[in-house]
Amino acid sequence: MLAWTIYISFLGVLVLMLLPRDAARAARIVALSTAVLGCAVAFVGAIQLQLPATGEAVAITQTPWIPSIGASYYLAADGISLVLVILTGLAAVAGILFSWNIEKRTKEFFAFYLALIGGVYGVFLSFDLLLLFVFYELTIIPKYFLIARWGSTRKEYGAMKLALYSFVGSHLVLIGLIAAWVVARSQLGHPSLDLIELSKVVFPAAFQHWVFPLVFVGFAILAGMWPFHTWAPTGHVAAPTAGSMLLAGVVMKLGAYGCLRVAMVLFPEGAREWQWVIAALAVTGIIYGAGVALVQRDFKFVIGYSSVSHMGFVLLGLATLNTIGLDGAVLQMFSHGIIAGLLFGVVGRMVYDRTHTRDFNDLERMNVGKLLPFAGVTFVIAGVASMGLPGFSGFVAEFQVLMGAWQVFPKLTILSGVGIIVGVAYTLRAIQKGFYSDIPPTAQDGHEEHPMEPISVPERAGAVLLIAASLVIGLFPTLLMNWIEPCLRSPLFARLLNGGAQ
Amino acid sequence: MNHSLTILTLVPLFGGIVVAGLGGERKNLVRGLSLFFSLISLTGALCLWTHFNGASGELQFVEKFDWVPTLGIQYFLGLDGLGLLMVMLTAIVVPLSILVSWSMNDRTHVYNALILWLQAGLFGTFTALNFIHWFMFWELGLIPAFFLVKLWGGPNRGPAATQFFIYTMVGSVALLLSFLAIWLATKTSTQPGCFDFIELKNLAHSGELTTKLQAAFGWQHIGLIIFFGAFLGFAVKVPMAPFHTWLPAAYSEAPSPVTMLLTGVMSKMGVYGFLRILLPIFPEQIRQVLTPLIWLSVATIILSACAAFAQRDLKRMIAYSSVNHLGYCLLAMFAAVGAATSVNQPEIQKAAALDGVLLQMFNHGLTASALFLFVALIEKRSAGLRGLDDFGGLRKVVPVFTGLMGIALFSSLGLPGLNGFVGEFLIFKGVFPLAPWAAAVSTVGLLVTAIFLLTLIQRVFCGPLNERWLHMPDLTTAERFLVLPSIALMFILGVWPQLILGTIDATVVKLVQQLTF
Repeated sequence: MLAWTIYISFLGVLVLMLLPRDAARAARIVALSTAVLGCAVAFVGAIQLQLPATGEAVAITQTPWIPSIGASYYLAADGISLVLVILTGLAAVAGILFSWNIEKRTKEFFAFYLALIGGVYGVFLSFDLLLLFVFYELTIIPKYFLIARWGSTRKEYGAMKLALYSFVGSHLVLIGLIAAWVVARSQLGHPSLDLIELSKVVFPAAFQHWVFPLVFVGFAILAGMWPFHTWAPTGHVAAPTAGSMLLAGVVMKLGAYGCLRVAMVLFPEGAREWQWVIAALAVTGIIYGAGVALVQRDFKFVIGYSSVSHMGFVLLGLATLNTIGLDGAVLQMFSHGIIAGLLFGVVGRMVYDRTHTRDFNDLERMNVGKLLPFAGVTFVIAGVASMGLPGFSGFVAEFQVLMGAWQVFPKLTILSGVGIIVGVAYTLRAIQKGFYSDIPPTAQDGHEEHPMEPISVPERAGAVLLIAASLVIGLFPTLLMNWIEPCLRSPLFARLLNGGAQ
Repeated sequence: MNHSLTILTLVPLFGGIVVAGLGGERKNLVRGLSLFFSLISLTGALCLWTHFNGASGELQFVEKFDWVPTLGIQYFLGLDGLGLLMVMLTAIVVPLSILVSWSMNDRTHVYNALILWLQAGLFGTFTALNFIHWFMFWELGLIPAFFLVKLWGGPNRGPAATQFFIYTMVGSVALLLSFLAIWLATKTSTQPGCFDFIELKNLAHSGELTTKLQAAFGWQHIGLIIFFGAFLGFAVKVPMAPFHTWLPAAYSEAPSPVTMLLTGVMSKMGVYGFLRILLPIFPEQIRQVLTPLIWLSVATIILSACAAFAQRDLKRMIAYSSVNHLGYCLLAMFAAVGAATSVNQPEIQKAAALDGVLLQMFNHGLTASALFLFVALIEKRSAGLRGLDDFGGLRKVVPVFTGLMGIALFSSLGLPGLNGFVGEFLIFKGVFPLAPWAAAVSTVGLLVTAIFLLTLIQRVFCGPLNERWLHMPDLTTAERFLVLPSIALMFILGVWPQLILGTIDATVVKLVQQLTF
């Protein structure tokens, strides 16, 4: 049933392409119903799937595809996939609600959007390396066009940078995977790209030593790992609102998911060897991202850099190589997807589309908090959720990452505490400057307070959806942890976790 | 199972949502409803008070459910004498604050909702007994407080609110990291780690906690580091010198009704944290650094008194005097942890000191919030002026105001017969034998407090009348009723401290046992 998430999204693309050119309203409705249907299928499918208590993946379909190289069309799901599939469903619906006002070539916009969503579902459900890679590559094209056509502020530059970084990353991954395929074939005696089968192959330590960083970095580029993060802020800023929501919300998770699912599961020895380097880079990213966010003048850049900082927690969680840390990392993927989506929604749609500026110096004089109270309150809620206030999903995620990290790198953990504090500082600064500034309008502004268009129903619906998701997971984290934890105890992760610290 | 504590916390939380949903137009309805919700909370707190068995030091009204079993997080609520006292204080101060802000016309619904949410955060903090559950409310209280200062404060509200928030957050993050480390240290291969304050207390009492921390991190001094993390969280909140610099700005920029809450109850969160968490869980570590801690408390007492003396703004003056009063609590708490081998019957002295701490917490909450209430009433008459030299001779035009504020000031000074005296007396009675030198030096603080409070009375109420205030109206009937409960309680508790001591005694005895090992 879960496979239908992919098919429905691509069917939606087809239907959109058949619509007449100027049927903007119809295009919106088709897109929204596709996304809602996909999201519903994700929920129902996840509940129906009945994961085994051992946490092993449940196959959805498996048919040979290119037998000569061992590739098959193999879709499956385990707890981690389910979490991310649900995230994708929610982010997709919210993104469409927040781009209800797109008037320029509406149907093409939503066609690219749904194609991106379909590709993302595909990555999260593939258990065949070639298939995973194909879906992974498939997402690059729509995101390039979404930014280059519908973006703002240096959109061509942002789109090109994102596309080039993604291609470099995926080529590193490809080289690594081909090498692994060759080595695995000589061990297994037959070609295979089946992730579960490959995870049982013991690659020689010397081989893992160089292949692991190749594949890991290849994926981590997309996860925004410092110092390969620079595509993220520019890309997020250039993208249209829904584009940034998806980029920060799910596309960055593709990278982190690849790191965990492919690089770490296949090359556990390598992961252990490079653990310290990853953790150090992750903490650098946490602090650096937060520090840079603190001094931005462009509202969207603040959120863009905050994503780098928050994804640092995901990578730190991955680097711990223990159950709590990984559990936290997966939860943080979910949580950041929801919260970053909401933050971009508020800044890009609610504020920028009405004020036509993202410069704090201008926003400070507009008193947006009073003109758009709903936007102000939503941003405050999203902001405190993103600081990691208990009660929201960010807290349960980050504190598990920190717990895991205490166990392995106590000093780095204390350093990342500094990152949290800076995170509080930039969020407060954004709240103050963006919404609740006390600076009265100066004479040259001409005192003209344009009455702003009120916050529309789709925007409200999208905001409520995301806030509710973050709160529910914040208060009842067991809903997702019951999926993630058994999965981490499954044989797939056995070599990774048991050899590691404790 | 008894759900009274959950309901107590949910009433203001729900009330805040209702009030916020009413919108900014129906201001009187908003005010009336928020008062109604805060009175329900007060009634609830009074019910708890009457049903509470003061003879038992055990936790009462306990609610305990699994929340996230794999992480050892529970939904765990309970009340002992300490918690009950703080719940009562919160329940008393919040309706007063809502009444004082009756004339608030700017975004009334948000303002009142934030106050109610703050109350929910405080109730939660004082009743939750599992670290994560408690931390949630500890932080929940912070957000409304930030916005109340930020959106309704004085001219420098922006920096003041930010400073307040960042300081507290630094403390909170340190606290969180410390408890995550404790969790890891208490984790076994089959059991998740421990977040439960009660269990941690028992572990600490048997000395196992330090051993476990050392074993988990392979580092002899890890216990101290963890202690400092947690200490920072509470020391900022109380505040203790040198972490107090956020306080004067925040207290003086906040609107006065909010300052009532900040000083009346929020500062007690810090002292409460010391009593509930730091003392029982880290007695060993506190003993290792006892001397510096005691002298830091003495420094807090004396420096803040001197700083108050140097202020020219009524609000800043009372703000510093709050630091001073809570300094006595800190001194007494640390003195009570010491081994005190040379003292006769140390348990009795420790119990006296801790009894004093609890009384002082309640009394200071009552008195300081009353003082800020009076400042709010002055500000209303003087169009916001509140400098020490802006007034003079007010007793001639507003005799009733002068008399009532005088009572509150003398209560703050510790005049026998009023509430402030008993707490400070018990503190000094306990601390003198336990830490004679520190106690002796800190009496300087008492002296300076007397000087600056008398200066305040002299400058504002006595002397030649400042012509400008010739027509200042005296307290209206409504205002008299507003201050009446506080003033009445000051007298009642001054002559009959047993009312409180009876409830907290068993709790204090239990706490002292905990500190003797």
